[in-house]
Amino acid sequence: MSILRMEQAQFDAIRRHGEETYPHECCGVLLGRAEEDVNAVVDAVRAGNTRTDSAHNRYNIAPQELIQIQRQARQRGLDIVGFYHSHPDHPAQWSKTDLAEAHWFGCSYVITRVVGERNAEGAGTARCRATETNSFLLTGTVEEDKRLEAQPIEVAAAVGI
Amino acid sequence: MHIHIPTPLRPYAGKQAVINVSAKTVGEALAGLTAQFPELRKHLYTDEGKLRAFVNIYLNDEDIRYIDHKENAPVKESDSLSIIPSIAGGTPVAEAPAAAALTPEEMARYSRHLILPEVGEAGQLKLKNARVLCIGAGGLGAPLTMYLAAAGVGTLGIVDFDVVEASNLHRQVIHGTSDIGRPKLDSAEDSLKAINPNVKIVKFETKLTSENALEIFKDFDIVADGTDNFPTRYLVNDACVLTGIPNVYASIYRFEGQASVFATEEGPCYRCLYPEPPPPGLVPSCAEGGVLGILPGLLGIIQATEVLKLILGEGEPLIGRLLLVDTLAMRFRELKLHKNADCPVCGTHPTVTKLIDYAEFCGIPAKSAEPAAEINGVPQMSVAELKRRMDAGENLFVLDVREPFEFAIAQIGGHLMPLNDLPRRVRELDPNRETVVLCKVGGRSQRAAEFLAQRGFGKVHNLAGGISAWSEAIDPSVPKY
Repeated sequence: MSILRMEQAQFDAIRRHGEETYPHECCGVLLGRAEEDVNAVVDAVRAGNTRTDSAHNRYNIAPQELIQIQRQARQRGLDIVGFYHSHPDHPAQWSKTDLAEAHWFGCSYVITRVVGERNAEGAGTARCRATETNSFLLTGTVEEDKRLEAQPIEVAAAVGI
Repeated sequence: MHIHIPTPLRPYAGKQAVINVSAKTVGEALAGLTAQFPELRKHLYTDEGKLRAFVNIYLNDEDIRYIDHKENAPVKESDSLSIIPSIAGGTPVAEAPAAAALTPEEMARYSRHLILPEVGEAGQLKLKNARVLCIGAGGLGAPLTMYLAAAGVGTLGIVDFDVVEASNLHRQVIHGTSDIGRPKLDSAEDSLKAINPNVKIVKFETKLTSENALEIFKDFDIVADGTDNFPTRYLVNDACVLTGIPNVYASIYRFEGQASVFATEEGPCYRCLYPEPPPPGLVPSCAEGGVLGILPGLLGIIQATEVLKLILGEGEPLIGRLLLVDTLAMRFRELKLHKNADCPVCGTHPTVTKLIDYAEFCGIPAKSAEPAAEINGVPQMSVAELKRRMDAGENLFVLDVREPFEFAIAQIGGHLMPLNDLPRRVRELDPNRETVVLCKVGGRSQRAAEFLAQRGFGKVHNLAGGISAWSEAIDPSVPKY
């Protein structure tokens, strides 16, 4: 049974990112080491959502940005072990779009549900809070048999690398 | 030059993160890579040999799609290629982000829902965020849409291209007398908005076809099928299975009705129950067979109930169950339905993966622009032609094969011999006399004419369009029924 392991600091950072971009989807990259049965996250790097046309329900990370992130990761001796994004006012479950657009086999796709709180009367900005965060491992070998399977998240005080 | 391999593809590249190849162009470099590691090919390329849409190839920092010569771009030893599968995703398309709260007006309106433990504010919000597509704004569609609007379903899509007629009003209570002649969609929208202005009505004034069904369905969560013909039933079913949306089904016939929920993942679809449509003309429509006015009312409400249950996730929906309603006896029975593992649409090895020509599937010949001069060897006579010949006093025998009660409502002269009596009474007729056969719309008379032709009647015509066409084109004083 494969798990996703990360430090409390990263876990909080991922969720906070979703609160900051609400009501739009946030996205980012999880860097770390992929070991047998564990994707161990050392750092969570924020990325820009290029889907400004539909950011409340779509995200896309520009491949260029990913190349930069990957280059930096390589210098630090880290790999890409997953990605995270948020679902504004939507369950922390992968959607058909999420699955259709998932191609990084063996990586963890982490989703956080961010709900809007009822505005105080006259308030301008949307107040919100991150609720559930779930991880899904992309399993399978080819596009035709890929699946996103629920993956437990282990949040530790510090992850030894 | 270096090729950087992304994590998911490393298992197919000898577990390496970087591969060295010698090449003069991007294309050569990729070819060199797949020559060394043939397993990579199916991950990078389609069966036709093109790069898969989600595979991005970057030469240094540029996407090769946007550089000169693309795959034929020249490369130097110091260049590097990166293979980056896309990273994207999202949630189902909604016109607006999901509603998180009810307004005070809505709290007052739905108070009788809110105090039900099975609904409550959470349930009412689910209704508000639900998008239901109703096929048809007629007999079933009327009560269905009215009650779903009243209940607070946030988005109601309606598909109908018909116009309100007087004969609709005995059952389609969403339309009123003053709506006769208006498009059903407009009349429906007015009624629904009057009931609940909070509901968003999305109108699709079109025939549902294989070309538009998937596109229309994709923006909805549930489909309620209120159609009146078999080709559309099969189309709706297949489109629901293909898009993964439940199909809340009901059908009516004279005094009886059926209801079920098809096309769920665990349950059967319409084709599991009825793999093949009946031969055309066997099952009469409401126009031909008649229907007790209340019947679609009852079945439409049952449909609306099932829709609400699916949205709320409460109760036991009619999945795998066929409800049979007999209003004359007022008996409700149930049959168990099983998902057919061999079903061509929803089985384990589906053969139907695209929408087909459903008219052809149901054996209905394609309509030609001109009315056919001959069907199955029987010449068709137009009502204009019949009038001309009757006025000219020709010796034409007019045989009316309708039922006595129909004859009592409307007739144009003609000798009455109901269709079912024909085989027994054919001896009363003269096979040498030129005969034209008529019924209400031309279906029964066609079968009678074919029968007579087989019996040696030399000159038999079918009155195309029947007495309805006569009333429409020749003499409006002849009642339509």
